[in-house]
Amino acid sequence: MTAATVAAPRHTVITRRGPIDALRDSLVLAGRNIVKIRKNPETLLDVTLQPILFLFMFVYLFGGAIAGDTHAYLQMLMPGLMVQNIAFASLGTGTALNTDITKGVFDRFRSMPIARSAPLVGAVLGDIVRYLVAMAVLVITAVILGFRVHTDPGSFLLVIALMVVFGLCLCWVSVFVGMLVKSPQAVPGVLVAFIMPLTFGSNVFAPTSSMPGWLQGWVKINPVTQLTDAARGLLNGGPWADHAAYAFLWALAIAVVFFPLAFRAYRRRVG
Amino acid sequence: MTNAIEAEGLVKRFGKTTALDGVDLAVPGGKILGMLGPNGAGKTTAVRILATLLRPDAGWARVAGYDVVKQSTQVRSLVGLTGQYASLDEDLSATENLVLLGRLLGLSKPQAKIRAAELLARFELTDAAKRSIKTFSGGMRRRADLAASLVGRPDVLYLDEPTTGLDPHSRNEVWDTVRTLVDDGVTVLLTTQYLDEADQLADLITVVDHGRIIATGRPDELKRHTGGQTLQVRPTLQVDMDATAAILADLTGTKPLRDDDTGLLTAPVADPMLLSAVVRRLDDAGITADELALRLPSLDEVFLSLTGRKSSSDTDAARVPERSNA
Ligand SMILES: Nc1ncnc2c1ncn2[C@@H]1O[C@H](COP(=O)(O)OP(=O)(O)OP(=O)(O)O)[C@@H](O)[C@H]1O
Ligand SMILES: [Mg+2]
Repeated sequence: MTAATVAAPRHTVITRRGPIDALRDSLVLAGRNIVKIRKNPETLLDVTLQPILFLFMFVYLFGGAIAGDTHAYLQMLMPGLMVQNIAFASLGTGTALNTDITKGVFDRFRSMPIARSAPLVGAVLGDIVRYLVAMAVLVITAVILGFRVHTDPGSFLLVIALMVVFGLCLCWVSVFVGMLVKSPQAVPGVLVAFIMPLTFGSNVFAPTSSMPGWLQGWVKINPVTQLTDAARGLLNGGPWADHAAYAFLWALAIAVVFFPLAFRAYRRRVG
Repeated sequence: MTNAIEAEGLVKRFGKTTALDGVDLAVPGGKILGMLGPNGAGKTTAVRILATLLRPDAGWARVAGYDVVKQSTQVRSLVGLTGQYASLDEDLSATENLVLLGRLLGLSKPQAKIRAAELLARFELTDAAKRSIKTFSGGMRRRADLAASLVGRPDVLYLDEPTTGLDPHSRNEVWDTVRTLVDDGVTVLLTTQYLDEADQLADLITVVDHGRIIATGRPDELKRHTGGQTLQVRPTLQVDMDATAAILADLTGTKPLRDDDTGLLTAPVADPMLLSAVVRRLDDAGITADELALRLPSLDEVFLSLTGRKSSSDTDAARVPERSNA
């Protein structure tokens, strides 16, 4: 075969990418991220292995001391670990985007007539799959260790949905940082300062009432605490709606602040 | 014929560095422009502006009549880019990369697969099609990148140092591809550090240095300016130096430069056909040569003759590559 049949110019000029094209471009690019997960499952280790280790460590090491018995502690810890895990998983978005930019993959996309926002939106949409895999691994491990959902499947699915929404809101912080730092390795380093007080300064591992007063102030308003309480209510039975609403507002606030920042930084970096 | 690529007064600064300092370009449709310059001359910066990846600080550029800043979508739908550095997803296979690009360009999945297979076959990558790019050699990456830039059947193709790091076979493959593309009516802007590459491929050569254009012309015009080619002969036996020098002086009409340390004789030649005459005369005289070559002036020599000074490569000038042409 000759290049003549392979590469004759197409002579088609695209003048505009509308919202439907943008959505299509984003979905194609999200598909790329999913293929990458399938090919390199080891990139998910941070959001699969770490929560499993936490599960074992906390349940058997501290469970007896904190809750009196390990099974009761597992039921209490598991919803919180889901929240912590989703928070960690949301950090990956910025790292992945920064890698694409520094490796030149973005240049390829940007030299093509696709919607400007598509690489960004595609990366974020593709991350939903990462969140779901991370949740699934955690849930399955917990169930093997004896965790049970005491309510109904609908409530369980609602918990998963809440987690994904929370992750999607939180990931803009990571995108923002990912657009500002030079190398992908720098992203988690910067974000640890943000994510540690968020996930450990919460009621995920120990009841708020066991903490000193100054810490309780923060722990009570922390969205991780609120989302944990919502998940506990939904999975173990108990009130959840107020907590869920509170956590959702928080997540929305984070997104409202960081989405424009991230988008502007994105336009500035690769505009 | 209208110009497929046009630019006037392009300026681009990075902090204190002025990467482009008023560059004008005009490439007629279906022609190849070779942009020749040392490291740091501003070649990549110019290509990135023309590919809409960078905005110029001053000046304008149009591709097929569309402004690269104001009509970037139109420009993007017409251009293909093979950047200096690979821009494929290392984790994906060659096929997956090309299918992804095809899908982004609006092909259906089956269409995109057919297109990917065609292009990979064209670049002799069919056997490696399923391997991830990270397992590819440098030459394979360049070819895969070139294939990627052709998925959309571009009207205008930018090739930023497409053969740097390729072996002679792959280099010739790339050259052949570029020639076939131009036969199909594609306009090509190619950057290179090799005069012989520009000479082999380009209809027009622009020499850049320090973000400025220091010469533009057809290859023969530039070469006339820079003194054509150089004949190099290294007799096997030192004692034959004098006889060889005499033959060269006789044929070229100038006294050859002689380096007794390396045993190398060099003389400028205007007519490449002279090479066969030299071979015959040496043979008649019973002189054997270890080295007998015609080569183009190196980039350094071009600069020397165009500007009267050494090229201002921002790295070691000795690293500016030089290739034998024999
Ligand atoms: N993003 C950037 N930030 C800062 N300086 C830059 C940037 N890009 C290019 N430069 C500078 O601009 C000048 C021109 O660079 P450019 O990459 O265009 O040169 P080049 O001709 O492509 O060189 P090479 O042959 O090494 O690829 C150089 O001095 C380079 O250091
Ligand atoms: Mg360059």
